[in-house]
Amino acid sequence: MLKKLTSTTAAAALSLSMVAGGVQAGDTVDAVMDQGYVQCGVNTSLPGFASSASGSWEGLDVDVCRAVAAAMFGDSEAVQYTPLTAAQRFTALQSGEIDVLSRVTTWTLTRDTSLGLNFAGVNYYDGQGFLVRKDLGVTSATQLDGAAVCVEPGTTTELNLADYFRANDMEFEPVVIENTTEVTSAFFSGRCDVYTTDRGGLASARMVSAENPDDYVVLPEVISKEPLGPVVRHGDDEWLDIVKWSLVAMIEAEEYGITSENVDDMLDSTNPGIQRFLGVTPGMGEALGLEEDWAYNIIKQVGNYGEAYDRNVTEKLGLDRGLNALWTDGGLMYAYPVR
Amino acid sequence: MDSKHPSDASRPLMALLYDKTVRSIIYQVLVFGGVFFLGWYLVSNVQTNLDEQNIATGFGFLDREASFGISESVIAYSPESNYGRALLVGILNTIKVSLTGIILASIIGTLIGIGLVSKNWLVRFIGKTYIDVFRNVPLLLQLFFWYALITNGLPGVRQALNPLPGTFLTNRGLYLPIPADNPAWFWVFIAFIVGIIGAFVLRKWSFKRLEATGQVFPHLSVGLGIVVGLPILTWLLFGAPIEMNVPALQGFNFQGGLNMSPEFFTLLLGLTVYTATYIAEVVRSGIQSVPKGQSEASTSLGLKPSWTMRLIVLPQALRVIIPPLTNQYLNLTKNSSLAVAIGYPELVSISNTTMNQTGQAVEGVAIFMTVYLGISLLISLFMNWYNKRMALVER
Repeated sequence: MLKKLTSTTAAAALSLSMVAGGVQAGDTVDAVMDQGYVQCGVNTSLPGFASSASGSWEGLDVDVCRAVAAAMFGDSEAVQYTPLTAAQRFTALQSGEIDVLSRVTTWTLTRDTSLGLNFAGVNYYDGQGFLVRKDLGVTSATQLDGAAVCVEPGTTTELNLADYFRANDMEFEPVVIENTTEVTSAFFSGRCDVYTTDRGGLASARMVSAENPDDYVVLPEVISKEPLGPVVRHGDDEWLDIVKWSLVAMIEAEEYGITSENVDDMLDSTNPGIQRFLGVTPGMGEALGLEEDWAYNIIKQVGNYGEAYDRNVTEKLGLDRGLNALWTDGGLMYAYPVR
Repeated sequence: MDSKHPSDASRPLMALLYDKTVRSIIYQVLVFGGVFFLGWYLVSNVQTNLDEQNIATGFGFLDREASFGISESVIAYSPESNYGRALLVGILNTIKVSLTGIILASIIGTLIGIGLVSKNWLVRFIGKTYIDVFRNVPLLLQLFFWYALITNGLPGVRQALNPLPGTFLTNRGLYLPIPADNPAWFWVFIAFIVGIIGAFVLRKWSFKRLEATGQVFPHLSVGLGIVVGLPILTWLLFGAPIEMNVPALQGFNFQGGLNMSPEFFTLLLGLTVYTATYIAEVVRSGIQSVPKGQSEASTSLGLKPSWTMRLIVLPQALRVIIPPLTNQYLNLTKNSSLAVAIGYPELVSISNTTMNQTGQAVEGVAIFMTVYLGISLLISLFMNWYNKRMALVER
């Protein structure tokens, strides 16, 4: 229950920690090493991306946290999760309550600059859509004039929604509820005609929270670009590097065709690129300030990006790769060279 | 002697140290200096940390476009408005729900409080049960309960309940018909205000006459007649317009009429029901604090029971009631911030969104703390003034 109120608390905590010395930029790596685990901010409940319904945390966003832990400690379980609402997440990161935020967060200019954050990359390319009941008879978002729209506060979604209705000269009644579970239950109870968030989130709500998924339909319009990725504090370059390259390693592994199954065999590969990547030829780990088997540990324990996607998004939400396919398959996932 | 005062130069200094006034000044300077230093340290630390993390500072964001929607507002607001206006909407929504809540909680609380000292066993029992149930469940849980009850229990707009003609009850809120636009209503409102002022003047005059001649004037019933009668007369003078603005299903929702959103209704219900339990106890203790001899004496003088209550018991009880009542009003106002959980756009909810979009948490928290402090101080000021007016006048 208290979770809903903690954005205020987090804000107060931020003010307090700012006051009492706060987090010094630059020493997150040391602090994480000392505490022995990664404190990772994730969604309260968004099956496919972050959910603890099965007893342990799983999801595409959770896998980013696990990859960072695997790279740092050789143990993908060395993660403590902090479930956060959209409105709480940045204060939690700014105040040092978490080390990395992996919570379907859209990369935007203001967040990258005036919010004092840095994005470490993109782990899911998404776009905002609308979910409605089928029996409403709506087939296009342009027919939504006058609708009551459920939306989470403090998101780009909330802003895009206002922009979209403004641009199309339509009215709407926002129903703004902070907790994901509460806002979806308000939608399914009929408080709103429309639920809007990123299409990945809509699929999650429809497949997992709806009593009968076939009663609902996602409208065809995609009204925004939502590159979602892990975020760290500004001014902490070593830590940014580790998070960034942990994510890249998952994509790189898929490009090389290395999976959690065959990674041990791949250690014998004669490909110099793979040898460098897996630490057979040393150098990459040292450059990051990590052990040489950092990428091996990520692949062995978490899997490559494709495995993580299939396990979480395809199986749970029934979404195909789309924009998130490798660039070689016509998608946008493109690993920077590990060398 | 010399051993006691080691040197001549130090003697006045030591004497000064033992001087009561000097010592108290030294203490005050030390405390003030300490507080000042602490404040300076905190402020400069915040500044440094914000700079280091490259977080924007200052109140410049208030002029920037908010670009998020707000569901209900007493003033004109659109996503084109700036953050300052968005926060103002939040402040006004907080005041709206707090004021309505205070009035309703006072009425319900007083009724139940009187019920608690009733001679009727059933009335006492109902009052006690009500207090036991609603005082002992956390307010936040009550809000979730009411909200779930409204959104899940009530039908959707297409199957809206229609208890009275033109009135619709749905999980999107309560829709009421209101009188259609007509200049008459403006004058009816003016007449109502004039009526209230007239009733007060009448009351003053009747008291004066009572003191001068001893004759009783029924100022309550005549006053009520003025307050109700004057607007009705005005309405008739304007040709008694009866055209109503009835809500009608149009597109996704009902349009027209007056809409009370489920979020506002939930919050108002939760705050009222919860605070009324405390007010009931305050009222009960106030009534019981008046010695029995007072009402007995009044009865033996031949005063009617209603007069005994109004003229003897209540004025004395009020002196006991007002200070704790002020606390409850302040609590209700502050508790309205729990609305953030159910999505009523009050100050904290809008501040949260603003902080999240701008990243300026320190400023956001500062703003809403200042506003709550301001509202609370205003309530205290008003209640203190009222308390003074009601206090026993020593002659």
